[in-house]
Formats: sequence, structure tokens, C-alpha cells
Amino acid sequence: MKKRLSYLFAALLVAMGFTVASGATSAQAAEPIKIGFFAPLTGFAAQTGKDMLAGLEFYLKQQGGKVAGRDIVLISEDTEAKPAVALTKVRKLVEKDGVHILIGGLMASTGYALQPYVDGKKIPTLYPVMAPDDITQRKRAKWIVRTGWSSSQPSHPFGEYAYKTLGLRKIVTLGFDYAFGWEVVGGFQKTFEEAGGKIVQKIWVPVGNRDYAPFLPQISKDADGVFALLFGAGALQFVKQFKEFGLKDRYTLLGGGTTTDEHVLPSMGDEALGIYTSLHYSAAIDTAVNKKFTVPYREFAGKSASYYSEALYTGGRWAIEAMTAIGGKVEDRDGFLKALQQQTLTDVPRGPLKISSYGNPIQNVYIRKVERVNGELQNTVVKTYPNVSQFWKYDPKEFLKQPVYARDYPPMMK
Amino acid sequence: MEFWIIQSLNGLSFGALLFLLASGLSLIFGVMNIVNVAHGSYFMIGGYLGYSVFLRTGSFVIACLAAAVAVAMIGIAMHFFLLRRYSTHFPQVLMTMGFALIFRDLTLVIWGGDPLSLATPAVLQGSFHIGPITYPIYRSFVILIAIAVAIGLWAFNEKTSLGAKLRATVDDNQMATGIGINVPMVSSLMFGLGAFLAGFGGVVGAPILGIFAGIDFDILPLAFVVVIVGGMGSLKGAAVGSILVGVVDTLGKALVPDLSYFTLFLPMAIVLAIKPTGLFGRA
Amino acid sequence: MARAANFKNKALLFIGVSVLLVLAAQVLSTYWLSILTLVLIFGILAMSLDILMGYTGLPSFGHSAFFGVAAYTVAILSTRYGVGFWGCVGGAFLLSTAVAAIFGLLVAHTKGVYFLMITLALSMVVWGLAFRWVGMTSGDNGISGIPRPDLGEAVSMGDDVNFYYFVLAVYIAVFLLIYLFLRSPFGQSLKGIRESESRMKNLGYNTWLHKYLSYVVAGMFSGISGILWAYYNGFVSPSDVEITASFEAFLMVILGGPGTLVGPALGAGIIIFLQNFLSAFTERWLIVIGTIYILTILYLPHGIMALNIRGLKFNKTKTLSNDQTSGGTS
Repeated sequence: MKKRLSYLFAALLVAMGFTVASGATSAQAAEPIKIGFFAPLTGFAAQTGKDMLAGLEFYLKQQGGKVAGRDIVLISEDTEAKPAVALTKVRKLVEKDGVHILIGGLMASTGYALQPYVDGKKIPTLYPVMAPDDITQRKRAKWIVRTGWSSSQPSHPFGEYAYKTLGLRKIVTLGFDYAFGWEVVGGFQKTFEEAGGKIVQKIWVPVGNRDYAPFLPQISKDADGVFALLFGAGALQFVKQFKEFGLKDRYTLLGGGTTTDEHVLPSMGDEALGIYTSLHYSAAIDTAVNKKFTVPYREFAGKSASYYSEALYTGGRWAIEAMTAIGGKVEDRDGFLKALQQQTLTDVPRGPLKISSYGNPIQNVYIRKVERVNGELQNTVVKTYPNVSQFWKYDPKEFLKQPVYARDYPPMMK
Repeated sequence: MEFWIIQSLNGLSFGALLFLLASGLSLIFGVMNIVNVAHGSYFMIGGYLGYSVFLRTGSFVIACLAAAVAVAMIGIAMHFFLLRRYSTHFPQVLMTMGFALIFRDLTLVIWGGDPLSLATPAVLQGSFHIGPITYPIYRSFVILIAIAVAIGLWAFNEKTSLGAKLRATVDDNQMATGIGINVPMVSSLMFGLGAFLAGFGGVVGAPILGIFAGIDFDILPLAFVVVIVGGMGSLKGAAVGSILVGVVDTLGKALVPDLSYFTLFLPMAIVLAIKPTGLFGRA
Repeated sequence: MARAANFKNKALLFIGVSVLLVLAAQVLSTYWLSILTLVLIFGILAMSLDILMGYTGLPSFGHSAFFGVAAYTVAILSTRYGVGFWGCVGGAFLLSTAVAAIFGLLVAHTKGVYFLMITLALSMVVWGLAFRWVGMTSGDNGISGIPRPDLGEAVSMGDDVNFYYFVLAVYIAVFLLIYLFLRSPFGQSLKGIRESESRMKNLGYNTWLHKYLSYVVAGMFSGISGILWAYYNGFVSPSDVEITASFEAFLMVILGGPGTLVGPALGAGIIIFLQNFLSAFTERWLIVIGTIYILTILYLPHGIMALNIRGLKFNKTKTLSNDQTSGGTS
């Protein structure tokens, strides 16, 4: 028995050796164009990662998977939602597989962790989901083009809306305690307070927190609204517990776009009705272009489209259209990057999309309200702000003089 | 005042949930001396199974029982066919870790990764109001469940013949064999009971914590800490430890969010450093 | 005679493997070299844990705590205070060793499952700080932008090959140091404690001090791997110190074979390789790894080093048939 096993291990070692060697000598043939996709496919964020992958696959299937006579090959890797693993997997995609473009990523921390590497390797990279502000603001990355959004982008119009249209005056914020949460909440605070409102309390909860019982009793009685920035299981539990602790009748509930995104909305119940959120997408956008995506997508993926799947659907299209524009010559990286930065698409599901000189999209921002339509919950668009830049109405140079939104920036008003 | 009352109830209800998990772990880990890192997985699987059963039957009680029994079967199979052969900890850890990884991936295959939530049973929905306090009925109910389970376990242990056999098996393996107790079967049943409680806890906890891949290793350290602080193999210890950890965790999160885990685990480590057998452990 | 021959074989093997590792940098593609770098870094972590698990008989569920303390120290000193390479290394080395010295006071009098659980709780303390002490550690954002050490033009660590050589040099040095440490009279008495602590006590050994020092030394070497990790990634995050990271180190040791030093290093290699290799082929790689763990225990309960490789006997004493950890409770 022992002996046989030692042969087995020897064989395994030899096999490892071969793969190592073949990896080392793989010739760089110029035929297919390789797209490297990375996102969490296992672990707590697996489903968002799979939504993303499905969006990309769906687009490639529709498109036919060919550009200028070259086949498109999609190589996907699992990041386990850990930045260090993401970095290792991206190294593999670039150095072993030789991908021509990287696309993917979920967590803000991963976004910052990858930046030095992709800039160092000069790999054209799309961030369709990862939204940390500074990637397109104060720490701009040369090789990253963002087709998604910057975290505070949808919050800027929303702050004004909450004051002027919803008539709220005092708001408590509760959000995941990391860059994404700070930036979504910070952008909201800035415009809400400039409009005349006041953030009376900011509660930060651990990322991924599920039980909100310790936090709900702290919410100030003095406020008329609560702004929550959560996602995944946390969003689901929060909305439910908010009602159970008797707070739903007392406050208007608002949130960042992910709080009621379609990746959790189907699991919610009536407790979610009436929540206002803002994002650059809603599966319920009532346009022909969007329906052309959402209806067949549901058939393809067996579930409703979410902002994550739209992000990669559009991101995939963004990459392919840029490839087409340069005749498939993706080896010319500078030319490819330029094409990625300079194109405009007017007919993507979320609305018209172009990239600013800072590398961030200029796109519509939608204020959405959760409603039940035909028995299903959806994010009904109640107001559209067209062509919003990450700087909103501010002058970019002036805006960039303020620090990036953080836990205590903007500071609490006295 | 209102704040303190609600937070104490929160601490108690979270402690009650921990008790369901930790009482089983105390059996497996404290009494049978098996380091089972898949114990959190039982909690997770329980939640998922409960969800599926609830979808089909619409009955919360059936969901609880069916999920708990199914998880118990998994536990019994793991113990009877594999774990019982290994009396030392290293192989136990490697093996149960293997299972934990497999369980986590299988739940992903079967239920997808979307976060799920089990609806609170209709009778227990809503909140009660006493003066300015509004508190969810279900959370209070969880406290009652835990008390009932604690009493049940105590009675089982002290008053039934199977409980007596259990104690005999733990105290002296060989003698138990000598007087005709089927030791392998009794220990597998005991392991199954621990898994049963964890699976049950997973369903009961689902309306509060939700169901998601990852809860397995989120909750495991807490359960370990409860068992070890309370004292391994002690039912009383598991109860006191659960309440202690539940309350400290809740208050830490509410009062010193920046140091919330620090304030939970450091006192635990110090208690253990001073009294390694825990509060009620046998030396 | 046989012993001398065995020693000679081992020495030859050591030199041979070292030469191969040096040559690897010339042969391997940059990707596989980066994986190999990772293997070496975790090899150091696994070997340091083997001092505790395999030689002193103390199973730790919290070994990545020191790894994390060191990595975070490098990250914070270099990005926030602009401290140079040697300052970061010195600071991280001192701080991780100091933390080990403090934790050691809390754990050294315990053994078996008690040791297991206290180390678990302590590593959760470190994780809790990394995750929630946002002002210092940036919490879940992690800290990015740690510059690779630069020791002048010729040996710029920005170059992956140079960095690999740097890690390899540290690895070989650590391997030899741990080897000598374990062969010293002190190391021999650690094995004595593993086999029977009470007997060692009766012989007049201060077993507490031995266990304490063994814990601190293991923590120190764990810190070294943490320093390398921070420079390798240029990035640290709470997932580096979470409970599964400590479990992983634990598994590397058991998979390879505790008490063999080479085994855990090999175990680290296998686990890292599988993680990076399998996921390219199947989305279900976790199931495959889980199955491998279970099969290993079924067929090789003492780890892969228990395989009899001709001419080399690493596992002289069948140590794990009675590992200390089972003696924790009654």
C-alpha cells in the first residue's frame, strides 16, 4: 500500500513538473484575444461574483465571441473575496495566461490592492464594479478604465433629492465600515448638508455584519430618516430587523444602491417596500434597451438581472467594442487603452455611457423606490438625473482639494 | 435605561443562539474530546436545509426538526465511518477541515450563493411594546427555546438510561464495553446529538442571522470560546458561557465598535490563562 | 553507521534542493516563480509552527497572529511613517516577537486542547484589531502601497527574480536556524516534553520555560514570514490573520507530517500549489482540496513524510501515534 502510494506521489510530482514547464515555455501565439475575468466565485460573496460572470458570458454569447476574425477566449479566476488571493490570481491571468485585458473585481480593497500591479505591468484593465473613489480621483491609475461608478457618484444627487423632494431634515447614517461605505455615505452627507439638512449620527458596523440588534437601539429619536449602506446578507437582515424593532414606522428609510440591489431584493419581503435608494442602474428602468437585456438575461441565468450582471454585460461590451474599433490589434496596448477610454455608447441598459478624462463614467443616476409590481419587488425609478459626473456640480479641481470621503469626513456638523 | 434593557435582551437572545450551538460542541469537543472544525458547518447546513423544508411545507416546526435530524445523520455518518477511528487531534482537524470545505462548496452548488432569509414564523412575527420599548417577539422566543433545550439536555443526561450510558461511556470506555454498552454506537449517537443541536440552532438562528456561506467560520470561534470559557463538557458552563459571550459581544459592538472583537476575545483569553479549565470545567 | 549515512543523505538532499531552488529562478516563468516565492514564505510559517506542533507537542490555532502583526507593522511603518526597509524589518521583527513574548505568558502553562483554544482566542484578538481598529489598521480596506525594499540599483527588489532570491536566502537561513535550534540540547528537551512533560519535570527541567521559549521562537519565525508576505504583496488585509489563515498553517503542518520540519515546508508547497492550480480547472476546487485532506488522513495519517523514501528516514520516532494533544482532558 505504502509503496503504491509513493509511486502515486512521485507521479503527481512529475505531473506538477510538467505543468510548470509547459507554463514556462508556452509560446505567445497571436491568434485568440484573451479576456481575464476575476471575481469571488466561492466564499461569502460568491453569488455576486457569479452574477458578474453570467453578465459577461451572456454578452459574449450574444455577441458571438469574435473580433476582427480573432476568437475571444474568456479565462475566469476565483478571488475568494480576498485581496491577496485576487492579486495572485491576477498575476496568473497576466503572466501565465497572457490575457490582453483584465475585467472584474468586487471589493473596494481589491481595487486598491491591484492598482500598483496593473500599472506596473501596463495591462489595460476595466473596473466594472469596484468603486473606490480615489482610483479615478486622487490616486488615478493609468491603466484602469472604470465602466462602473465611483462610490459617491450616485450619492451626490441623492442628498439633494432627500432634502428637497423627500423633505427630510435630520438623518442618521448606518453603513459598512470601510472605504465603500464611507464614500457612499460621505457623498450623501455632503450634498444633503449643503442643501440645508443635517446628519445627526453616523453608525459604522463591521463589514458583512448580519445581526443589527446591537445597533438599532442606538438610532437617534431626533431624526426623520435613516440612510443605510449595506449589501448581501447584511442588507437582507437589516431591512427585516429595522421593521422588527419598530423603526420602519418612525423613519423614512433610504440607502445606497446595493442595499436593495436585485441580488438581495427577491429574498426580501414587504418590509422592503418604500425604501429609496440611488444607483446608476435599476433592473426596472423602463426603456426598450434595458428590456432587451433583462428579459433574455433572466432566461439565460435563471434569475433577475442585478446591477452586478449589468455591470459586466456592459463592461464586456465596452471591451469588445474597443477591440473592434482598433481592428482587434490588442497587442498595441497604448492604442487599446486609448480606445477603451475614448469611446461612447448610447444604448447600454443603464443609459448613455462615456468616460471622463479622469477615467470614470459620466452616466445617469436613478433615484429608485422599492415597489411591488406584478407580485415581485422592484426598484422603480422615480427620478432620473442625466449624465452625472463623479464631481456632480462641483469643479473637479476644487473638489479634489477636499480629502477623500472617510469615516469622519465630512465631519459632523456642530 | 431603554437602551440598556434592549441591549441586555439582545445579548441574551444572541447568547441563547450560541447556547444551541455550543451545547452540542461541548458534547463533541468537551466530552468526546474531538476537535470538530466542521461544527459551524452543521449550523450552516441546518439553516439551508431548514430553508428548503420551510419552502415546501410552510411549517417552521417541521423545518427545525427535519433539518436537525438530517444534520444529525450527517454527523453520525461522519463519526461512525471516519472520525471514531482517530483519537488524536491532528488527524481530526485535518479530516473535519476537509469536510468543512466540502460542505461549504456543496451548499454553494445546491443553494447558490444568494443570501437567504428564513421568514419569521407567522405567530412570532411582530414586536411587543412595553412603554417606550419595542422588542421583536421572535428574539424573546429564542431565549425560551434555549432554556427549554437546556432543561431537556439536563433531564436527558440525568434521568434517562441513554444518558446514563453516555456518562458511563465517557467516564470509562472499557468498563462500559464490559457491562454490555455498545460503545461505538453510543458515541456515534452522542456525536449525532451534538450535530442535531447545531443543525437545530442553524434553523432557529436563520431568521436572525440569515443563511449564507461563510457563517460556518464566523460562528465557530464564538462557539469554541463559549465552550472553553464555560468549561468543557459542562452543561452549566455552556449556558453561563453563552450568556457571557452574547452579552459582552453585544455591548462591545454597541459601546466600543472599534475594539469590539478585542473586548470580546481578550477577556476570554485572560480568563483561560488564569483558569485554563474554564469556569465550570473539571480539572 | 546508518545514522551517519542518513545524515549525509540529508545534507546532500538539502544542498541539492537548494541548488534546484536557485536554478529555478532561471528556468521558471515569472508566474511560477511568484508561486514558488509564495510557497517559500508559507514554508517558513509552516516550519515555525512545526516547532510548536511537531517538536514541543503544542497545537496552535493562532499561529498567523504573529505573521499578521509583522505584516501589519511593515505596512503601517512604511506607508504611514515612511520608514525604510531596515527600520520596517527591525520594527516588525521586534513587535511580533514581543507579542509572542506577551501571549506566551498566557499560554505556556497549558497544553492540549486548552493550548489550542487560548491560541485561537488570542489570534482572534489580533484579527479583531486588524478588522475593527480602523484608525490604525484601516480595517477591512487593508493597507496598500507597501514599497518593495530597495537595497540599491544592483539588488532592486522591485525585480521579481531578485525578490525571489531574497526570499530564498531568508528561507534557507531560517531552515538552518530552526534545524540547529531543534538539534541543540534545548531542542532535544523540547521533544522530551512532547513525549512526557511530567517525566521532564521530574528530571529537573523547567518545562514551563522550555515551552515558553519554544512559543516565542516559533512566533519570531512566524513574524519573519509575515514580513516577507507584506513585501511580496505590497498589501495587507484582515484576511491575512483571520481564523482560516491559522487553520491553513495548521493543515500545512499535519499534511506534511508534524515533527519532520521538511514535511510542513512540503505541505505548504502542496496546499499553495493546489489552491492556485485547481481553481484554473474547476470551480469546485474546494471540494477537491477537502477530499484530498480526508484521503490524506485515511491513507497517510502521519502526513506525507511518513512515506518511506529510500535512504531517508525523517520520521524516526512514530511521534504522532501518541501526540500530546489527546491528553488534554478526561
